Amino acid sequence: MLRKPGSLSAVAAFVAALAAPAAHADWALNMPRGVTTMSQQIYSLHMTIFWWCVAIAVFVFGWMITSLVKFRHSQGAVPDTQMLHSTKAEVIWTIIPVVILVILAIPAARTLIHLEDASGTQLTVKITGYQWKWQYEYLDKGVSYFSTLSRDSDAARQLQSGVDPKTIPDYLLSVDNPLVVPVGTKIRLLLTSQDVIHAWWVPDLAVKKDAIPGFVNEAWFEVQADKPGTYRGQCAELCGRDHGFMPIVVVAKTPAEFEAWLKTQQQASLPAAPNAG
Amino acid sequence: MANSGHAAHEGHDDHHGAPKSFWQRWVVTTNHKDIGTLYLIFAGVMFFVGGLMALVIRAELFQPGLQFVDPMFFNSMTTMHALAMIFGAVMPAWVGLANWMIPLQVGAPDMALPRMNNFSFWIMPFAFTLLLSTLFTGSGAPAGGWTLYPPLSLQGGDSFPMAIFAIHMMGASSIMGAINVIVTIMNMRAPGMTLLRMPLFCWTWLITAYLLILVMPVLAGAVTMLLTDHFFGTSFFSAAGGGDPVMYQHIFWFFGHPEVYILILPAFGVVSEIIPAFSRKPLFGYESMVYASASIGFLSFIVWAHHMFTVGMPLAGQLFFMLTTMLIAVPTGVKVFNWSATMWKGSLSFEPPMLFAVAFLFLFTIGGFSGLMLSIVPADFQYQDSYFVVAHFHYVLVPGAIFAIMAGIYYWLPKWSGHMYNMSLAKWHFWLSTIFVNVLFFPQHFLGLAGMPRRIPDYSVQFADWNMVSSIGAFGFGLSQLLMPYLVWQCVRGGAAAKAKAWEGARGLEWEVPSPAPYHTWETAPDEATIIHASPTGH
Ligand code: HEM
Ligand SMILES: [Cu+2]
Ligand SMILES: [Cu+2]
Repeated sequence: MLRKPGSLSAVAAFVAALAAPAAHADWALNMPRGVTTMSQQIYSLHMTIFWWCVAIAVFVFGWMITSLVKFRHSQGAVPDTQMLHSTKAEVIWTIIPVVILVILAIPAARTLIHLEDASGTQLTVKITGYQWKWQYEYLDKGVSYFSTLSRDSDAARQLQSGVDPKTIPDYLLSVDNPLVVPVGTKIRLLLTSQDVIHAWWVPDLAVKKDAIPGFVNEAWFEVQADKPGTYRGQCAELCGRDHGFMPIVVVAKTPAEFEAWLKTQQQASLPAAPNAG
Repeated sequence: MANSGHAAHEGHDDHHGAPKSFWQRWVVTTNHKDIGTLYLIFAGVMFFVGGLMALVIRAELFQPGLQFVDPMFFNSMTTMHALAMIFGAVMPAWVGLANWMIPLQVGAPDMALPRMNNFSFWIMPFAFTLLLSTLFTGSGAPAGGWTLYPPLSLQGGDSFPMAIFAIHMMGASSIMGAINVIVTIMNMRAPGMTLLRMPLFCWTWLITAYLLILVMPVLAGAVTMLLTDHFFGTSFFSAAGGGDPVMYQHIFWFFGHPEVYILILPAFGVVSEIIPAFSRKPLFGYESMVYASASIGFLSFIVWAHHMFTVGMPLAGQLFFMLTTMLIAVPTGVKVFNWSATMWKGSLSFEPPMLFAVAFLFLFTIGGFSGLMLSIVPADFQYQDSYFVVAHFHYVLVPGAIFAIMAGIYYWLPKWSGHMYNMSLAKWHFWLSTIFVNVLFFPQHFLGLAGMPRRIPDYSVQFADWNMVSSIGAFGFGLSQLLMPYLVWQCVRGGAAAKAKAWEGARGLEWEVPSPAPYHTWETAPDEATIIHASPTGH
């Protein structure tokens, strides 16, 4: 088979186009399953409640629609004016919802307890929110840097910039320096802020936590070992003018790649270390 | 439910009509009907002002990229839209309906405190002039969100103290309105009008009024502390001075969650009257409706922190607020089931008030479902501050509270004006509103789940499709609303004469007086037979 470079890049473009809807989630309807055990637990919790709601909706809306169709004045329906109340019905439709709620509350509480258990973490990153950027500090590793909206997005997002956002890769969701983490490692986040309240949210990691000035909040995540990749999110708490423009990008690498990355960062920041200290 | 003969004997009320001078009639008036009308007009104006702001928001969000407004102005629009709709449109509309209907429904000649009634109304235009004038200050209108979270809200310029003073004024007006409702219901009911013979609109308003009195001072306290933090060097909410910014959120939501029930409880009342009327059958489970409303009122005080699950509360706190929030679904469910049972074996017809009430049933319930989903804390970590929450509260507030207000207006308009209105125009209004409200808000669920945060002026291109759909829905919905003031104007000017009982299945003392309701009604209290005849349960 002939392989011209041109056809190769055409294939690559085609594959990219196929992959694009997944990555870009146009017309997306649902929450991503995410790439951590917790995000998948949350996803299944979300789907469980959703299907319960659908089931209840089928019942309640079915009941209402039946009435709307069957008991129409125009069709000569005669009202049953003696139907004032029924203790039996009222007890039933109090008890059954309570039972459903208990069924929902148990897995919810279990997931929550798991989620709040931040023990056994292997790497700690301190995240500080600023108007309007993030700072990442790898505690005890001597690595610290800021992460801001990438330049091309920033130019395109100016009022009437004339730049078509569709031409910018990952418009508003790309940064100069992403947070880099190893997969398969339980990572602890300590969140705080230097000015107003922000919230650090990456849907694929199922982490959303407020960064509050004067407080340190804790969160954790562990990207599954087979899921290295780039995961994007945004600030979720209104924090002023550029609240929409302080995205979060997390790059999950294999532990070996991560160690290599950390080394280069440490070397790069060595000369600055005395000042930073 | 034969038409009653009681209407005729009220004719004597016509002898003393309304004052002729504009000043007497519309400015210094103490008449509950005129004050009710003033409130409703004010609410209508604010509904369009707030609606225009919403259209600015949706125009900017029509496409990715910033086309029209600066992000700061965008933030002002979201903040002012919420304040205008909550405090300027929905709450005054309910007070207007309460003014018009509660005295008529309990057989009282007027509200208990008519001068205070006038005062509480006239505060509102001043409060909103002050609030809206912040748009013209150098630093722009408040842009920190209607929740005014510090430290962000403290960064506001001149608009900040103005907005806080406006909130104080609205709060004072609401408290006065609430006191008036409570005193009227407690002291002015006609002899024989026992509490359990009152229409549900009176009941739900009574509960609402207690909520108002309990929480408006809490809001006033919270914003006053913001004010002193900003101007007088206190640090209630500043960690640097030993304060706590999270404390503000606790105080705000201790007000804020009951506040959302303040917006919806009267809607439950209106719907509980309209559905029986057009099902030609008494409300099913009247007493359980009363108890469900009261338990919702109570529960609304112990769920507040479900708005702030991401601030980092202890596990026990999160579990507590998750369980109490889930519990609210139980009385809410009881209500939905009772309404469904009321329609069951009824004889249903679909005049405009009923159309809006039925849409309320379906669409409010959808908002209830998303509410239930939001109560599940781990899932809420994904939903919180996303468009999913925006979809949730708009479902309960627009096809919820606002549809109920429209249903109420379409139900009682013949009583107020003495004329029937243009039914086919009202049906157009209904169908356009119902279709567009779903086009507008349903896709916002998808956007939130896909990861779009709320309160952002621009977004990544993956969110472009549903945002465009939502914006189309917004403009369709907004334009459809212009039909309503036109229809009301037409109806006030003329039309087929309305009977005393404008709808054959309607119950309640308001239908025992002629249409239009004379300027003074129930100067002689209705007798017990009339009361029983008109009561929701018929005994
Ligand atoms: C079944 C009943 C309901 C439940 C379980 C429920 C639950 C919730 C929860 C958990 C949130 C917080 C979401 C978040 O920020 O992460 C929320 C937000 C909200 N709810 Fe509901 N809700 C219910 C009914 C209502 C009703 C009846 C209204 C008003 C008419 C309402 C209005 C709101 C508003 C305005 C917000 C957002 C406030 C803001 O952040 O600006 N909800 N609801
Ligand atoms: Cu932000
Ligand atoms: Cu709430």
